[in-house]
This record gives sequence, C-alpha cells and structure tokens, in this order.
Amino acid sequence: MPRVLLFIPLLLFIILAGFLWKGLSIDPRELPSALIDKPFPEFSLASLQQPDRILTKQDFLGQPVIVNVWATWCPSCRQEHEQLLVIDQTGEIPIIGLNYKDERDLALQWLQQLGNPYQFNIFDEQGMLGLDLGVYGAPETYLLDAQGIVRHRYVGVLTAQDWQELKLMIKGWDSVKN
Amino acid sequence: MTPKRKKRLTIILALVFGTALIVGLVMYALTENINLFYSTSQIAKGEAPVGARIRAGGMVVDDSVKRIPDSLKVQFAITDFEHQVVVEFTGILPDLFREGQGIIAQGKMDAQGVFQADEVLAKHDENYMPPEIAESMKKKQEAMQ
Amino acid sequence: MIPEIGEFALIIAFFLSVVLALVPMYGASTANDMWMSYAKPLAMGQFLFVIISFVCLGYAFSQDDFSVVYVAQHSNSQMPIQFKLSAIWGGHEGSLLLWALILTGWTFAVSRFSKALPLDMLARVLSVMGIVATGFISFLLITSSPFARYLPRFPADGADLNPLLQDFGLIVHPPMLYMGYVGFSVAFAFAIAALLSGRMDAAWARWARPWTNIAWAFLGMGITLGSWWAYYELGWGGWWFWDPVENASLMPWLVGTALVHSLAATEKRGVFKSWTLLLAIFAFSLSLLGTFLVRSGVLTSVHAFASDPERGFFILMLLAVTMGGSLTLYALKAPNVKSESSFSWLSREVLLLVNNVFLTVMAITVLLGTLYPLLIDALGQGKISVGPPYFNAVFVPIMCTMALAMGVSIAVRWRETTLQSVLNKLWKPAVLSILIGLGFPFIYGNGFDARVFLGISVGLWIISTVGTEFIGKFRNTQSITNRLRQLPLSYYGMMVAHVGVAVTAIGITLVTSYSEERDMSMHKGDTVEIAGYQFTFQGTHVVKGANYMADQATIEVVEDGQPVATLRPEKRRYNVKNAMMTEADIDASLFRDLYVALGEPLEQGAWAVRMHYKPYVRWLWLGGILMALGGLLTVADKRYRQSSPNQEATHA
Repeated sequence: MPRVLLFIPLLLFIILAGFLWKGLSIDPRELPSALIDKPFPEFSLASLQQPDRILTKQDFLGQPVIVNVWATWCPSCRQEHEQLLVIDQTGEIPIIGLNYKDERDLALQWLQQLGNPYQFNIFDEQGMLGLDLGVYGAPETYLLDAQGIVRHRYVGVLTAQDWQELKLMIKGWDSVKN
Repeated sequence: MTPKRKKRLTIILALVFGTALIVGLVMYALTENINLFYSTSQIAKGEAPVGARIRAGGMVVDDSVKRIPDSLKVQFAITDFEHQVVVEFTGILPDLFREGQGIIAQGKMDAQGVFQADEVLAKHDENYMPPEIAESMKKKQEAMQ
Repeated sequence: MIPEIGEFALIIAFFLSVVLALVPMYGASTANDMWMSYAKPLAMGQFLFVIISFVCLGYAFSQDDFSVVYVAQHSNSQMPIQFKLSAIWGGHEGSLLLWALILTGWTFAVSRFSKALPLDMLARVLSVMGIVATGFISFLLITSSPFARYLPRFPADGADLNPLLQDFGLIVHPPMLYMGYVGFSVAFAFAIAALLSGRMDAAWARWARPWTNIAWAFLGMGITLGSWWAYYELGWGGWWFWDPVENASLMPWLVGTALVHSLAATEKRGVFKSWTLLLAIFAFSLSLLGTFLVRSGVLTSVHAFASDPERGFFILMLLAVTMGGSLTLYALKAPNVKSESSFSWLSREVLLLVNNVFLTVMAITVLLGTLYPLLIDALGQGKISVGPPYFNAVFVPIMCTMALAMGVSIAVRWRETTLQSVLNKLWKPAVLSILIGLGFPFIYGNGFDARVFLGISVGLWIISTVGTEFIGKFRNTQSITNRLRQLPLSYYGMMVAHVGVAVTAIGITLVTSYSEERDMSMHKGDTVEIAGYQFTFQGTHVVKGANYMADQATIEVVEDGQPVATLRPEKRRYNVKNAMMTEADIDASLFRDLYVALGEPLEQGAWAVRMHYKPYVRWLWLGGILMALGGLLTVADKRYRQSSPNQEATHA
C-alpha cells in the first residue's frame, strides 16, 4: 500500500478538528446585547408597588445600578432571588427590578413571600421596555453606570461568581474616577 | 495482468462503486431530510415555503394559548418580538411548554398562513433558549441598529 | 474537610498518572526492566486515589454538604438517598470523575489480568492509559473540579437534580456507557503499544480481544439501557431519537463492532492487521468525540450538559493530542505491519471485510448527520437540523444489506469455500425466511407490508442460517452432549450475538409497523379502544412523593371482558425546581406493551391522555442484551485464560 494513503485518516481528523474548533467559537448561548455601551432606553412606566407613581430613567441616574429582569412565570428567577437578596444586603449597589410581562398581584405576592431586594420595580406589563432593551427572556441582568450607560449583560441566573465579577467591574470604574 | 493484480483491481472497483452508491444515498437523504429553520419574521414576510417541512421557533405569546374544547387541538402564537405566527397543534404539549417560554415547532405552513405543527419541542431546562431562536433574535437586534 | 481530601487525592492521582505515563514507557524503549516494573504499582496507586476522591464526593452528597457547589447544584435534602448517590454523575464534574474512576479501574484491571503479557508490552499499554488518565484528571482539576466550595456563604438547601434524572435508569445507564467508552481506551492502548513495539501478531490480537469484547458489551448494554430509559421516562414512548448524544454513543459502538470482528480475523488468520489498528484508534477517538460533543455545547440536544466553551476547548485539545498523535504514529509505523496469509474470494475473511466496511460506513453516515448542522453553521450557511428521516433513510438499507452478508458469513469457512457448498447450506434458510416474511404481514397485520416483509425476512434469515449451521455441527456425532461441550464458548458467543441482531431487527420492524397510539381528551368514565384493549379513565387523585406532588390517574385496561392491568401514570410537580414531569405507566410483556402517559388537565376535570399499544417493543432491548451477552461469552472462552507467553508466541 502506498505510504501516503496511511496519512488519509490523519488528514481527515485534522479537517474535522478544524470544524469542531470553529464550532466552539459559535457559542449558542452568547448573546451580546445590542445596547452594550449605549444608553439605557428612555421609558415611562408605572411602579409595581405604587401604581400611581410613574418611573423614568431619571429615577436611577447618578450612580451605578443593576437592572434585573424578572417575572413570576420564570422558575429560574426564583432560583436567582436568593443571590439578589445577598447583593442587596451588601449595600454596594442598588438593584432596580424590571418586572417583565407579569401580573401585578402575583408579583407583589412574590416579593412579600421571598423578600424584596429591589429599590423599586418598573412594571413592564406589555414588555415594551423589554423589547427596547432587547430582553429575550428572564432572568436577565444589566449593569448600568452612573450615566445610565449599559455596561454589561448577564443572561440567565446571576450566580455568586457573576456577582464577584460585577463587583470588580464597579471597583474598576471607581478607581478610574479617582 | 497477474491474477493477484486482477483481484486487487476488482476489490478497488467494488469499493469505489460501493462508496459512490453510499455517497449518493447520503446526499439524497440529506437534501430530502434537512429541516431548515425559519424565524417568525421570515415566516410572516412569506419567506417560508408552503407545504415543506420546516422548523419555526419563537417565544409563546402570553395569553395566546387556546384549547379547542373537547379535543386536544391547541392554538397559540409564537413571536420573535417583531412578528407573530399562529401555530396549530393536536396532541400533548411537552411538560415545559408554557407562555413566555421559547419553543421550536416542526411542521408545515398551510395556505392560510397558519403553521401546522406535528411536533413541539421545549427543552427540559428552564434556562433554555433554543439556539435558533437566540440566533434569529440576535439578527433582529442587529437589524434594528 | 472531606471534600478537600477528595481534591487532594485527585491531585495525587494526577501525579501518579503522570509518572505512569512516562516511566514505564521510557523503561520499555530502553529495555530497563526495573522502570517497566513500576507500571503495576503505579496503576494500582492511581486507581486507589481516584477511589478515595470518588468516595469523598459520595460522602458529601450523602451528608447534604451544600457548601460544595456541585452538591448544591445537583442535590437536595429531600431527595431519596439512592438518587443523592446517583446524582454524583448527574452533572458534568461528577460524571467526569466517574470517567476517571472507570479509566483508572480499567488500567488497574489490565495490570492485574495480563499475566500472559510480556513485560514491555504491559509497560507500554499501561503507560498509554496513563497518558489518557493524565489528560482526563488534569481536565477535572483545571476546568471542572467537583469539590469547589461556596464560601463563605452557602445555600441552605440544594437546587435539586433534574427530575428526569431522578430515576433508576439513570443510576445504571451512565456507568455502563462509560465502562464501554473508557473500555475502548484499552484496545487503543494495545494498538499504540503494538505500533510502538512493532509487534502485531496473533498473540497480540489474543491479548487485545477480550478487553475489546468486554468494552463493546458494556457499551451495548449502556446504549440499550439508555434507549429503555428514554422510552419510559420521556413520556411519549419513543425509544430512539437520533439525538446527537445518542449518536455519540452509537458511533463508537458501530466501529467497536467492526473492531471485534476484525480482531477475530487478525487472531485466527493474521490478516487485516493495519485495519484493526486503525479501528482500535477510531473506536476510542469516537468515544472522546462523543464526550466532546456532549460537554462542549457545540451541538444542542435533549440531554446536553450545561455548555462551556472553555471545557470544549480543553477536550478538543485532548482529542487533538490523542488522535493527532496516534494517527501520525499509525501513518509512520503501519507499513511495518504485514498480513500473514492469503485468502480467496469466497472466504470468511472477505465477508468480515464486507461487514467491516458496512459498519464503518454506517458510523460515518451517523457522524455526518450529527455534525452536518455544525458544518453548515461553521460555513455560515444558517441553522439547520438533520432529522430522523435522514438517519432512517441511510441506516435501513445499509443495515439490511449487512444482515444478508451476516447470514452468508456463517456458512463460509476461513480461507476458501466452494460456492456449491455455500449454496447447499443457504437455500433452505433463504426460502424459509422469504416465505415466512411474505406470510407474516397477512397473518399478523391486515395485508402485505413491504417493511414488515423485509424486517421479518432479514431477522429470520439470520436466525435460520445460525440455526442451520449449529445443527450441521452435530451431523457426524453420536454424543450430542459431548459435541455441545466441545464447541468453543466463543462460537456460542458469536451465535448468541447474531441472534441478538435478528431479535432487535424484528422488534424494530414490528414496533414501528404495528404500534397504535391515541391522544385523547378523557373525562372520568370515558373508554377508548386501542388494538382490542379497552382503556377506561377512572379519574385522578393527588399523591405525595418524597420531593414532589403528583396527580395520579387510574386507568383500567380490559381485553375481551377480562381485566388486564390497572395503570397509574402521574403528572408530577417537583417542589424545588417547580418542574413538571410526566411519569408514564407501562404494562409490559414479551409481545406487547401498554403505555399510558398523562398530558395536561383540560376543562371540567378532563385530562389529555396518551395511550400506546406497542407490540414486540421489548425485543429491541432483548436483542441488545443478547448481543452484549454474546460478547461476554466469547471472553469466557478458555483459550483466553490458559496460555503462557511462550505458548502464545509459538502459536502464531
């Protein structure tokens, strides 16, 4: 048998490995937000707890905040809730809730039962703000700087590790400022 | 040609013929049986062929799930937050099917623009977003800029 | 404390595997007996420390130590103890640890049960396995330690295991499958050792063969169990989905089947050596590839683990090193391997070659179908999926042709056979199987059905050729019992495995052709008739399990006025994850299953109910069990037990 033929399996493997390599970089979960480094969209929506109060972007400008998209129909939000309470207790950064396509009664009940880590909650019943923000599901978490610019986006449950990363990011801004 | 040479030639010919046959079979099967994925926007714009087996994915629109009484026929809409498509399905929906959840439906478009699904898939993972849906959402976002 | 001991034991195991990978290998290439003799104790030490590590993780699970991230994510204090323990391999990190445990276990077994092996061969084999172990244990330590802690704050209770995995099938399925995957590393190590030493004779094949057969049998059992689990647990009665993860286990099995046959030819006749080596490399490569596909998240599937590109990258590197290295070695060294004998056109050798070609082609078509979406995606051509119709369209014709060749191969001798003698042996089975195949659909079904004809004929063809050949063995003997005893066990193994193929083929044919299925909306007291069975819905009530609440329905099944079974399918809601689960109930028997699953509650107390009648579905798995049993019988053959190295060498 010609010796060259014996290299065919190796060659085939190299081609395959190349494709697998390429396949790895196509991460099905990666979803860079269209709004990264862009201002948080303008909105004017009612507060969840005080239906008469209209919230706008001005309500949280001036300091870095976390905007957390949640809903009672979302089972992983329940899982995430504990971590949010932990973050709230540290007092390092305020958390704004974006109650997404939800029912007010259920949402209020949820906060009563599980605790309320949020400064206030934006009640986005129609999901219009979510649409502007490019939310595709819940939970999602956005990190905003003091100017209201979206700096980072987490898709899925925010873990303790993510929180460590977030803290580092915020610290980074502080040191730049000083 | 020596008998040994002749034998070798026959083996090679047989192998080549067999391979060609199988490659043909595979190519045929592949072209016949690939399910292309369409986003709801593509379907709404009429880009999806009528009558061909395709996959469609999107989030189940809130309050859109309607059961037809006394049957297992169910109707709901899926969306990529831009366009909606109505889906009809007869049978038992997967455990994780619910409003606001990403799903993939497999089936055909009918002449009325309703997607007739014969299979509805929702992954057994509440964090799941079918990658095709994620992709089409991503495209939509890029297009919006 | 205990998890730290586990982590530490794993680190020690890592260093032992590094030494195992280097020292005996170096000893073998410099003919240094002392260095080579380190292989055995190192193999034992490595195994011991991985066991310690594994036991530590098990302890953390049993004690509900939720400060350990992996435990907190995959367990819950409400879970029954058997599921707490099987949750060890319920996620990525733990199942990798199981991989490492089995790998070092196989290494240890090789070191213990290879008295016949010359020292340099043993040293090389164990070293190669040490290399693989080094790769996997470092993968564990670097990217996926199961012992990482949540500190200082840890959750009060765990997130619970995915309800789908809280099941007996999932306790046994992964270990079986991994025994097979990892078992091919032994055949792989033997192949590399043969290439390195240039020693590739009948004796080599005799050493490698039992290990390969055992691994193959385990993999077959693993796949069978997986199929059975999917059938009763996923709630809609399917038994094979052509899901990427299933394909990942099927590919090494197909190549492994080819390897098992090719090794037989190499052992008996000294032919196809170079091909056998290549198959051994591929069988293990495909096992690794399977791991890559499942872990890296490049393909989505029903039961893919949480995807992580970093891990995928690591496995890809591992794959590149093992496969790239071994295939390069193969390309350089394989020309030294020469076949020892010739054979004619009509001989068992040729038919084995045909079988090998078919099996390899099947593996390639599965690989192609599995990776095609990935290729298209990588080329930027959009997202597609390749559905079961592709696999069926390709698989069925190849499988049928191969089954025909299987029947012929039984009747053909090694080296040379006359066409006349083959035809003499085969015409009766041929006529018999075609006639019964033609008649069957009329008697069992409602008229001719080409699919049933084909499936039944093919199955009977295999069984009848095996039967004819077996009876032929007794033609010139007085004492049947003596003859039965004389026949080698490996011969029985071959027959049992081939009959297993036939049983599976018949099962698949009948269950796909004659299944009946009905999705109904049922009120209390409603009755539905399916295949002569009356299913009466008696309503539901709430039951409480250890960590779930369920609506349990009662469905009475009656045939001809006689009660057959009372089925109690459930719709469960698991408390912690708040996840819904359909738990089907099945009345199983050899010739038919009655399968009932609950859908969702509808208006006015009615429920969506799915009922199936599945004839011969058990035969699918029965065939799988027979194939595995055949593989194991062959290993028990006495010729693999009683020879010393000297005899081996002269025998060739």
